[in-house]
Amino acid sequence: MPGKLKVKIVAGRHLPVMDRASDLTDAFVEVKFGNTTFKTDVYLKSLNPQWNSEWFKFEVDDEDLQDEPLQITVLDHDTYSANDAIGKVYIDIDPLLYSEAATVISGWFPIYDTIHGIRGEINVVVKVDLFNDLNRFRQSSCGVKFFCTTSIPKCYRAVIIHGFVEELVVNEDPEYQWIDRIRTPRASNEARQRLISLMSGELQRKIGLKVLEMRGNAVVGYLQCFDLEGESGLVVRAIGTACTLDKLSSPAAFLPACNSPSKEMKEIPFNEDPNPNTHSSGPSTPLKNQTYSFSPSKSYSRQSSSSDTDLSLTPKTAPYPQGPRIYLCPSSPSLSCGSLHLKKSCLLLSESSLTPHHSSLVSPVLRKSVSFSEELFLAASGMGSGSAGKEGGPFKALLRQQTQSALEQREFPFFTLTAFPPGFLVHVGGVVSARSVKLLDRIHNPDEPETRDAWWAEIRQEIKSHAKALGCHAVVGYSESTSICEEVCILSASGTAAVLNPRFLQDGTVEGCLEQRLEENLSTRCGFCHIPYDELNMPFPAHLTYCYNCRKQKVPDVLFTTIDLPTDATVIGKGCLIQARLCRLKKKAQAEANATAISNLLPFMEYEVHTQLMNKLKLKGMNALFGLRIQITVGENMLMGLASATGVYLAALPTPGGIQIAGKTPNDGSYEQHISHMQKKINDTIAKNKELYEINPPEISEEIIGSPIPEPRQRSRLLRSQSESSDEVTELDLSHGKKDAFVLEIDDTDAMEDVHSLLTDVPPPSGFYSCNTEIMPGINNWTSEIQMFTSVRVIRLSSLNLTNQALNKNFNDLCENLLKSLYFKLRSMIPCCLCHVNFTVSLPEDELIQVTVTAVAITFDKNQALQTTKTSVEKSLQRASTDNEELLQFPLELCSDSLPSHPFPPVKEHLESASSNSGIPAAQRATSVDYSSFADRCSSWIELIKLKAQTIRRGSIKTTVTVEKASPVGDGNFRNRSAPPCANSTVGVVKMTPLSFIPGAKITKYLGIINMFFIRETTSLREEGGVSGFLHAFIAEVFAMVRAHVAALGGNAVVSYIMKQCVFMENPNKNQAQCLINVSGDAVVFVRESDLEVVSSQQPTTNCQSSCTEGEVTT
Amino acid sequence: MTSELDIFVGNTTLIDEDVYRLWLDGYSVTDAVALRVRSGILEQTGATAAVLQSDTMDHYRTFHMLERLLHAPPKLLHQLIFQIPPSRQALLIERYYAFDEAFVWEVLGKKLSKGTKKDLDDISTKTGITLKSCRRQFDNFKRVFKVVEEMRGSLVDNIQQHFLLSDRLARDYAAIVFFANNRFETGKKKLQYLSFGDFAFCAELMIQNGTLGAVDSQMDDMDMDLDKEFLQDMKELKVLAADKDLLDLHKSLVCTALLGKLGVFSEMEANFKNLSRGLVNVAAKLTHNKDVRDLFVDLVEKFVEPCRSDHWPLSDVRFFLNQYSASVHSLDGFRHQALWDRYMGTLRGCLLRLYHD
Repeated sequence: MPGKLKVKIVAGRHLPVMDRASDLTDAFVEVKFGNTTFKTDVYLKSLNPQWNSEWFKFEVDDEDLQDEPLQITVLDHDTYSANDAIGKVYIDIDPLLYSEAATVISGWFPIYDTIHGIRGEINVVVKVDLFNDLNRFRQSSCGVKFFCTTSIPKCYRAVIIHGFVEELVVNEDPEYQWIDRIRTPRASNEARQRLISLMSGELQRKIGLKVLEMRGNAVVGYLQCFDLEGESGLVVRAIGTACTLDKLSSPAAFLPACNSPSKEMKEIPFNEDPNPNTHSSGPSTPLKNQTYSFSPSKSYSRQSSSSDTDLSLTPKTAPYPQGPRIYLCPSSPSLSCGSLHLKKSCLLLSESSLTPHHSSLVSPVLRKSVSFSEELFLAASGMGSGSAGKEGGPFKALLRQQTQSALEQREFPFFTLTAFPPGFLVHVGGVVSARSVKLLDRIHNPDEPETRDAWWAEIRQEIKSHAKALGCHAVVGYSESTSICEEVCILSASGTAAVLNPRFLQDGTVEGCLEQRLEENLSTRCGFCHIPYDELNMPFPAHLTYCYNCRKQKVPDVLFTTIDLPTDATVIGKGCLIQARLCRLKKKAQAEANATAISNLLPFMEYEVHTQLMNKLKLKGMNALFGLRIQITVGENMLMGLASATGVYLAALPTPGGIQIAGKTPNDGSYEQHISHMQKKINDTIAKNKELYEINPPEISEEIIGSPIPEPRQRSRLLRSQSESSDEVTELDLSHGKKDAFVLEIDDTDAMEDVHSLLTDVPPPSGFYSCNTEIMPGINNWTSEIQMFTSVRVIRLSSLNLTNQALNKNFNDLCENLLKSLYFKLRSMIPCCLCHVNFTVSLPEDELIQVTVTAVAITFDKNQALQTTKTSVEKSLQRASTDNEELLQFPLELCSDSLPSHPFPPVKEHLESASSNSGIPAAQRATSVDYSSFADRCSSWIELIKLKAQTIRRGSIKTTVTVEKASPVGDGNFRNRSAPPCANSTVGVVKMTPLSFIPGAKITKYLGIINMFFIRETTSLREEGGVSGFLHAFIAEVFAMVRAHVAALGGNAVVSYIMKQCVFMENPNKNQAQCLINVSGDAVVFVRESDLEVVSSQQPTTNCQSSCTEGEVTT
Repeated sequence: MTSELDIFVGNTTLIDEDVYRLWLDGYSVTDAVALRVRSGILEQTGATAAVLQSDTMDHYRTFHMLERLLHAPPKLLHQLIFQIPPSRQALLIERYYAFDEAFVWEVLGKKLSKGTKKDLDDISTKTGITLKSCRRQFDNFKRVFKVVEEMRGSLVDNIQQHFLLSDRLARDYAAIVFFANNRFETGKKKLQYLSFGDFAFCAELMIQNGTLGAVDSQMDDMDMDLDKEFLQDMKELKVLAADKDLLDLHKSLVCTALLGKLGVFSEMEANFKNLSRGLVNVAAKLTHNKDVRDLFVDLVEKFVEPCRSDHWPLSDVRFFLNQYSASVHSLDGFRHQALWDRYMGTLRGCLLRLYHD
């Protein structure tokens, strides 16, 4: 698909004065794409020139269209000397290459100069005409959609979730080239900006190619990062999850994790298929079986063969011929090979579904076809699962092995998604992470970035094996990061080991069919916290109990994950942000010695971070962490660890035990007293936190439960005394697993310090909540006010006799003060919640610590919150019952039942769910850590906790239910309901949020990815207000440029916004500073639902029944 | 541990009204923090002084960056760097251009030049307004003056268009600009009892009636300068005071009309000639710049003070002035009726406003 790029330069405004004599400017514009440059006329003597140029046309390959940015340079004409540059605008034209995103880029762009910042604005119109070209050997991947959002985007439906895609490209950093010695800082900065822009274009194109190979049409959870390796080069790498997405054709379709209860779609439903040879075309509706049309008959035969296989596996209960959706019309040459594998795998599947690693073709050359076959295989095995639930246990185990082996054949069964369609997650194992310390060397041949590839492959392999050790075949919520200091680089990867429902890898959402829902509801609802591993052969010592919801399966006592809280998990009370912060001094060293020192320190840091997290979690009275992100940063003379997560109380997991303090010298009376004083303080804090976060699980006596209680092992331990000597030292296992309670031993000042630091964390002021996940567990009544912000702090440590303790304290204070400042600044928004709080630590220099925070404050309705508070217990019970009811009603289509107050709760279930909240009161449980260290690289660890999922009926789910109910009956009515959006209220305003949604609004269109990289430099730092003034202005400018690009695409918001890098360097003595910022996000169009909002806000919490009824009443 | 860098940038620029006021009032960050502490904000929010310091610094930095845009308010509306809701933009502009009555008193009618700026120090000491705030207010006056100086069309409209001020504030600025342009003397002790509002009111009347724009909106609209031709013509009014017969006739007409209606009739009768001469002479002298400047001093000296010393109630002043200007129409020998009406129309309004304690 070559294309014609057309650019028109309309006008400029607010240009800077370039000619001191006249106080005016003679501006003209150069428009450059690839190697072609056009110029406008010079518009004499004006600060607001009107060029109104002709259309400049560039005829280019689509490969270039994807790689190159459009470069617009505004200059001041000078007759006698060289023309002075005023500034530049880089426009990524990628959004114009999808058929459905933006069709034109038109608007005012800030003119940016790396030395002076924004200098006026320019109005530009850009269009692209693409010609269809069926060249199969193309290098471009136009049409593949990219999303930063780590869930299935709101107005799409996942047909297939293919899996992990990754790519990296390397280059020399222009800043370190010899030529940099003789060129101006501006030229150097511009070279860098341009190079990175080119590299990310190339990277995106290459990822797109991989997606096309996998027969996908989109990348979700796309995360692109830069490693500034200094002398050794510049690495741009990206990971993502390849999917086949369908635009939702009906407003009644399923929208995962959307928090608003109403669903009107403004757009005319259509199903466009940008990639002609992927899958079916034609409108897709929830009743998809009828509407899917398969075009070429050739492929149909193939597909029928596979569905035959399916049928042989699938018992008659599967009433819909929906299997073969993915195998549609493969018409590219590569297909023949793919289909071979398909047959092979299907065959294998039907013959012996337990064959592990049956396809041993994992050679690089064949990667493509292999991945294809895997996917098919998976899909085939997925068919089995739909009915498997009915067959009961043994079959299920078999199934699990099937899926597992299928997933294992993927090179990396990773998913960068953090939120999933309900039912997708079967079990969650725990966090898996791996780190590796590497010495950087110059990348000799940029075209063969093999070392970097190998490094990452190694780490991913490790992650994969960890997941396997946890009995999981997949890793979700997967992410990768680096920390570089001089020539040492720490590579980190982490994710959550999980068992997935294979059906979803083949078939995304709604069409999951009723059977499946039933199955899920009955068995897998609380299933995601059930342990995926074999309890007799546990990968690490953990304390298992029976699930507090279903009482049938085992759950761990705590659960750590990197994903968002599943929408169907039952949570008691509210969540809160939990951070572990840690510093470790390290000797300055060179190269190898340095790397070794770091490697040696890492295990201790990991361990301590984990301990801190565990302590703080218990202090909050909670039992699970979501969105865990551990960042280890390396500096010249220290290592910093910062872990952030959102703690919650999962109803399926046991009540966390308290924290016991034990002294080592029991004979000293005053010491004892001190200890007991501390103990009291800790107990008080726990009690206070429980109140604060409204954690009050109903206490129901154990008899009612009538199900097995903890294993004898654990029970016996209950009787043992709490103070235990350090006998566990004999084992190399560093877990706390052998202790009854979480015992803190105060045997030296360090430990004292730890206890103190535990207690110093102050809770946010009343009216504030914070979390680092997408939505705050326990709050569902969001109002529409949002404020995204970035805050940066740098502190200078006094270099004198730094100790670990002093360092820890400084770091802790830094973070705490930063949070306090945020609470103060945003006080006018109370009651509000800081969501997606994202801390990043860097160590720019010896004694400097830099912390960058990006988050969004969202207001919510306090009255309803209060109401929730008052009745939270009853609510949870009621919730449970209505849920159960819903489960029943659903398949039976009793949804027209309009008597919400008079449900028919299945008594047994009701009792059970009620009792499930009880549990062994204050059960003494231990934390478990498995800890393994590796010789040459650092370490990795796995951890878990537990949880339960009866059913949560928070806003998001409420939506789901409403919609689902409406779909069979009131599809048409629903559309009638859509109210005219109040568009004028949002004119010109571009909202930015790190979340994937906008409260009180509905995203109607994704316009493309925003991925921007800026450098700003100054040689007049003092004049620009010092470092703070400089960076403040720069960040404001970055926001402005992001907003301008979104507005030019026709959007009014950026979702999933993230500031991936903010590298700040200063040299106050020279009055200089430089900063690099990299941001990304998804440009979207949203429509307010203000009138529907009223309805939803009047409907208090989450009684699903009432919301269903409401839906029907309104329709 | 020292904080090297500490910033907060919101997608929507946060504006704290209280801090904005402190900034406008010219307080340093330290003083502002101290004032905020005194306001009890720490107790209300549970924040620490360090948090307050950081917050104040942030706001000050933001305001400092916004200041450049506030100098040309339309720029604030079109700029892309700070996303500010329109209502907030209006607030920022309105507050930035607001001024202290005490300050405006000091500079009203003065030339807005650099020389005067040196006096700002004194004004600051005298009024207790910080020098920074004085400078801002002075620069505002000067900026508005410069922009609208050479402009055609209605003064108020021009100011509103270029500075996006509210109607009220634009009128005040029109008055300030008008006074500065005509350099009316307002600093005399005699005038101390007058408020800025009194002057602004008079300025408005004078702009409406006494300037070029007032007579013929078709021709060169200039609201800034008094109509020179009109001032020249007003020499002709002198006859009302100089011609004794005319003066007597005028007096008798007024006295006849007001007999029994005026509480201070006798005083009026006794003073009529003085008052009339005073008013007519003021008009006749306006050809000289010096006399134009002294207009308000003269009015107070020649009319307001004599009446006040005789304790005329305001209603009587109104009756008198109405009758005084109307009676001229019955003077057969007087040919400049239109001129007289234009003059007295403005003057009557001004005098009534100026006549208070």
